[in-house]
Amino acid sequence: MALGTLIIFAVLGLVVAGSAIGMLVSRNAIYAALFLVLNFIAVGVLYLILGAPFISFAQVAIYAGSIMVLFVFVIMLLGAEQLPVQEPLRGQRWIGLLAGVLFLLEAGAFFYLRTSAPQWAAEIGFGFESPVVVGRMLIEKYLLPFEITGFLLLIAVVGAIFLARLDTPVRGKGLGRHAQTGERKE
Amino acid sequence: MPLMYYLGLSAFMFTIGILGVLLRRNPLVVFMALELMFNAANLAFVAFAAFHKVLDGEIFVFFVITTAAAEVAIGLALIIAIFRTKHSVDIDQMSELKG
Repeated sequence: MALGTLIIFAVLGLVVAGSAIGMLVSRNAIYAALFLVLNFIAVGVLYLILGAPFISFAQVAIYAGSIMVLFVFVIMLLGAEQLPVQEPLRGQRWIGLLAGVLFLLEAGAFFYLRTSAPQWAAEIGFGFESPVVVGRMLIEKYLLPFEITGFLLLIAVVGAIFLARLDTPVRGKGLGRHAQTGERKE
Repeated sequence: MPLMYYLGLSAFMFTIGILGVLLRRNPLVVFMALELMFNAANLAFVAFAAFHKVLDGEIFVFFVITTAAAEVAIGLALIIAIFRTKHSVDIDQMSELKG
């Protein structure tokens, strides 16, 4: 196995892990979103190493592109970059941390109690996953799931428009004015 | 490249996603942690697909990405609707359904 591949994997793995931790600990939601973009792009490069160019570019275009733009847009629209520091539920932080550590321990136990030796991934030949093959497979073998996916996206778009529209016509200038004049319920 | 390296990285990302869902109070960050967990599962899918030389795993990643896009659209619309009624996005204050 080439040493160069290992070095590239190590660097990418560090970027992936570091940006995931950065997303977890950053106080500002905008910074969390930008860390997540970095994470998605690094995982996209990992897909390239694994010989999946179509998935890699779909990842960068859809995840790092459109979905994260939507996130950043909503964060800025709601002004939800930072929340007040007081915490209504005490102790949940430690319980959550405990649950996460427990999950990682379970994964480690699975690794150490396995019955077969760790195997090496086979070398991936060029053209194994060309977009032509993926497209043929989508249209031929997975035609019905493909159509259902399109229908799911249609439902999601209609539902999002239905949920996010204003119920009453507002004379002001949209969301901000409406939120200011609305009655506080708490 | 051993398959285990990719699976280990995937498990680590999944754990960070679980911690993000459990620890953060901003629902937008919770959604981002969900995306991170989707991403970890996708990495495992692609690693196994390359390992077994079966293309179906990558088709599944395509479907997962599409489903995640639909989920984000609905989820962000829900957060906007909640913000309109409660004027807050703190996830600890969304407790009016408790018994």
